[in-house]
Amino acid sequence: MIRRIAAVLNARNVEFLRDRSTLGWNIFLPVLLVLGLSFIFSGQGRPMFKVAVLQQTGQIDEQLHPFLQTKYIEFFTVADQADAVRKVARHKIDMLLQFEPEDRYWVNPEAPKGYILERLLLQTDPGIARAEVSGEAVRYVDWLLPGILGMNMMFSCLFGVGYVVVRYRKNGFLKRLNATPLRPIEFIIAQVLSRLILIMAVTVFVYIGTRYFIDFRMQGSYATLFIVALVGAICLISLGLVVAARFTSEELAGGVLNMLTWPMMLVSGVWFSLEGSHPAVQMLARIFPLTHILDAARAVMLDGATLTQVMPQLSALGLMSVVFLFTGAAAFRWQSD
Amino acid sequence: MSKPDEVLEVRDLVKRYPAVLAVDGVNFSVRRGSCFGLLGPNGAGKTTTVEMMEGIMPPTSGEILYEGHAIGPRFRDEVGIQFQSTALQDHLTVLETLQLFRRLYKHGADLEQVIQMCSLEKLLKRDNRKLSGGQRQRLLLGVALVNDPKILFLDEPTTGLDPQARRNFWELVERIKENDKTVILTTHYMEEAYRLCDEIAIMDQGKIIAQGSPQALLKEHFDDVILELPKSDLPSPLVDFAFPVLERGDYIEISTPDVNLALAMLVERNINLNRMQVRPRNLEDLFLELTGEDLRT
Repeated sequence: MIRRIAAVLNARNVEFLRDRSTLGWNIFLPVLLVLGLSFIFSGQGRPMFKVAVLQQTGQIDEQLHPFLQTKYIEFFTVADQADAVRKVARHKIDMLLQFEPEDRYWVNPEAPKGYILERLLLQTDPGIARAEVSGEAVRYVDWLLPGILGMNMMFSCLFGVGYVVVRYRKNGFLKRLNATPLRPIEFIIAQVLSRLILIMAVTVFVYIGTRYFIDFRMQGSYATLFIVALVGAICLISLGLVVAARFTSEELAGGVLNMLTWPMMLVSGVWFSLEGSHPAVQMLARIFPLTHILDAARAVMLDGATLTQVMPQLSALGLMSVVFLFTGAAAFRWQSD
Repeated sequence: MSKPDEVLEVRDLVKRYPAVLAVDGVNFSVRRGSCFGLLGPNGAGKTTTVEMMEGIMPPTSGEILYEGHAIGPRFRDEVGIQFQSTALQDHLTVLETLQLFRRLYKHGADLEQVIQMCSLEKLLKRDNRKLSGGQRQRLLLGVALVNDPKILFLDEPTTGLDPQARRNFWELVERIKENDKTVILTTHYMEEAYRLCDEIAIMDQGKIIAQGSPQALLKEHFDDVILELPKSDLPSPLVDFAFPVLERGDYIEISTPDVNLALAMLVERNINLNRMQVRPRNLEDLFLELTGEDLRT
């Protein structure tokens, strides 16, 4: 069994490494994205003001305070004060406001956006009480980098496995393998291992390469980040195998893969934080593996979270992986019926 | 009960698709060490039958026995298959492809021997994608031989090859036959079947319509030879001739059991015989005789 898995694994690795265009695309796209976006957002970039209002339920009443009528600021409610203050400290929220029992605001003195918002607030209400929180400023590029790495992993895992296996099935290579003693589970394990080795190598390479150009924030341990990436990649590859289980049309598989990747790219927090977005969107985001990967990676990189602290995300990813792997293996066909 | 020299037996094999009955109750057996040919036009059910025999496709009903038993895990280890159309993994060389498939089997042939047998020595470092049609078929044959199979399935192995490459491939198959392997061949080239097969079954519309050795079948169905004449050499259409006349493209074919008599009658009509050819009956004629259709249509 191990001999057969090793044979297929080795052949797939050789195929990937010799396919220079695909390899180059996998490595250079994320580096280019990070470089480009860090350049764009390093200057007078678009402000992303997010102000949370502390209240238990319901809509924000703009009449409560004149500041709430300010345009181009996104106001949303939060119920948990401690959690909201922590988010202000971690730059997930730019300012926290409270109007009951007294008017008060929290701002991070290290955050440029907090400073601007504070100036605006004091224009409308000079007497409002200030409650300061502290925290080192996180640049957008620090926040973005895990998103770009995660997005690259997602595309590579889903298309790299899903598309390739469907192509193998369509051109008859799977049928040829079916005529040998190779079992489906052995083929699947080889594909998972091959993509896992390649994506981890590429991600480490991109991480080091990006670090060379940009001094981004890394608070946690590399081992924890590696485990997050590893578990995340297994989950995404397993999802790719579900798509690859039966389709014989690359067009159909491509469509389904796009249907999976685009929502993840939009709502899993690659480009912007989901804080303050509609609860339905936040709930939807929880079903996507990428959301958990990015939550955990950002917690490690930005906040120095330990393995124990990211265990909820790792558990969710582990559970999803098991479900995807079993579904993919059960549904797998060497050829169309 | 299978006979001891029967390596494969097919009993009442049926494959039904929603709109088509592809294989309709087929029965035959294959002798150990023989070359068995399944012949027929495209769509006759040859490939479907063979893929059920290979264990690639489940039959709707019927059974296939390998050495007297239902096909089991051992079968995969002991057969070699060359499919009609197979893609190989991109970016791998010929040698890497052979090594990949060799490692999928516990026991197998010495790769050096396979390489030599399939004349792949000069191609070992070449990328699979850069092989010609004939070279590619030789590699696929090599892949089918890496486990030193007892039975070798060849599904339309020379389709699309030029005549020279086809003849080279036949020589390879003849070499393999000399090593006492059982070969099961599907083809719509009658010359190929005649040259390679010890026994043939002719399929049409999912059924076997004739079975036996090529020579025996021809002997059973024909006692005549064919005289071929270019149409342009006939001063007028050959009507009221004593023997059957068939038009085939630019030629006419006269089938006769008595060549002397037929020649005398043609001379009597002042027909120029300089370009006339005499040929024995072949399997193509047999197919036409049995089905009323040309094999290539």
